[in-house]
Amino acid sequence: MNFLVRARQRVSTFLNAFFRRKRSRIGIYGPPNAGKTTLANRIVRDWTGDAVGPVSEIPHETRRARRKEDITITGTNGSSVIIDIVDTPGVTTKIDYNEFLEYGLEKEEAIKRAREATEGVAEAMHWLRDDIDGVIYMLDSTQDPFMQVNIMMIGIIESRKLPVIIVANKIDLPDATPQRIRSAFPQHPVIPISGMEGSNVEQLYEKMTEMFG
Amino acid sequence: MIQGVQIDFLSAERLDRLTMMEKIRLILDDVRSGTIVVLEKGLLPEEQSKLIELTMMEIKPDGFSGIELETYPAKGGNEGFGGFLSRLIGKKSESRLTVIGPANQLKTLKKDQDLISAWVSSR
Repeated sequence: MNFLVRARQRVSTFLNAFFRRKRSRIGIYGPPNAGKTTLANRIVRDWTGDAVGPVSEIPHETRRARRKEDITITGTNGSSVIIDIVDTPGVTTKIDYNEFLEYGLEKEEAIKRAREATEGVAEAMHWLRDDIDGVIYMLDSTQDPFMQVNIMMIGIIESRKLPVIIVANKIDLPDATPQRIRSAFPQHPVIPISGMEGSNVEQLYEKMTEMFG
Repeated sequence: MIQGVQIDFLSAERLDRLTMMEKIRLILDDVRSGTIVVLEKGLLPEEQSKLIELTMMEIKPDGFSGIELETYPAKGGNEGFGGFLSRLIGKKSESRLTVIGPANQLKTLKKDQDLISAWVSSR
């Protein structure tokens, strides 16, 4: 990030603190392994220099909703938004500890992870119904959108009238077809990114200041 | 004895007579006993969310591992999932036919706007 953006961010942080602007709680939701924690880490690193949590290939690596507060994101036009990022576990309807054994974990550790994952999913449901002000809905653009989207979550987002940005992640992979996700959600903004490589995240930040401000 | 799987088809009228917790309990008890439940009219998003929450609390190692739950996207033409037009005319997303079963017996093979293809095994 260049010097100008950082300078603008400092000024806007100062002004926000001075005028006590409202903070929005933004939940990152999506299926397991869509890249939620990778994106949460990138947002937090880009704007605060910190991180949210570890990333791995094992499903349900994030087993508790993790929150990072007071992140000021500034768009290129100077508008900014203060958010708390809530990185949530992937929402699923089933968790079997045997899945973790396939990744080389011991049985006891696998059972512990599975128990934590069940608690995390229940917690994520609660956050979405009661405490979230806006949603970044992550999908894997190498997968069929209809197979990975959770209709119930879209229903809650729409019934609560929450602002939502759909992120078509993993555009760095050869099989990525983010236009399929765009076609599945014509009524919502869809931003294709690579959370891993950071491509196009500036467009996402721009949209965040517009939608969550 | 012939092996088989019980499938309960619940009508919209029957579902309408039940409270949220009665619906969820009925579904979870059926599914935990190995029954596939087909709802003529699906659950509201908040009811599904509560069902997932309770399902998570009942998962046990080497026992119940959760549910498979599939439903068609809500009706709304080109608007996809509910969406702007539905909100503009004040129409709530209509929940549609939903199939729920034990995760270790019911697997979704394919799903799109108009088709849910699933595979069921006996216990």
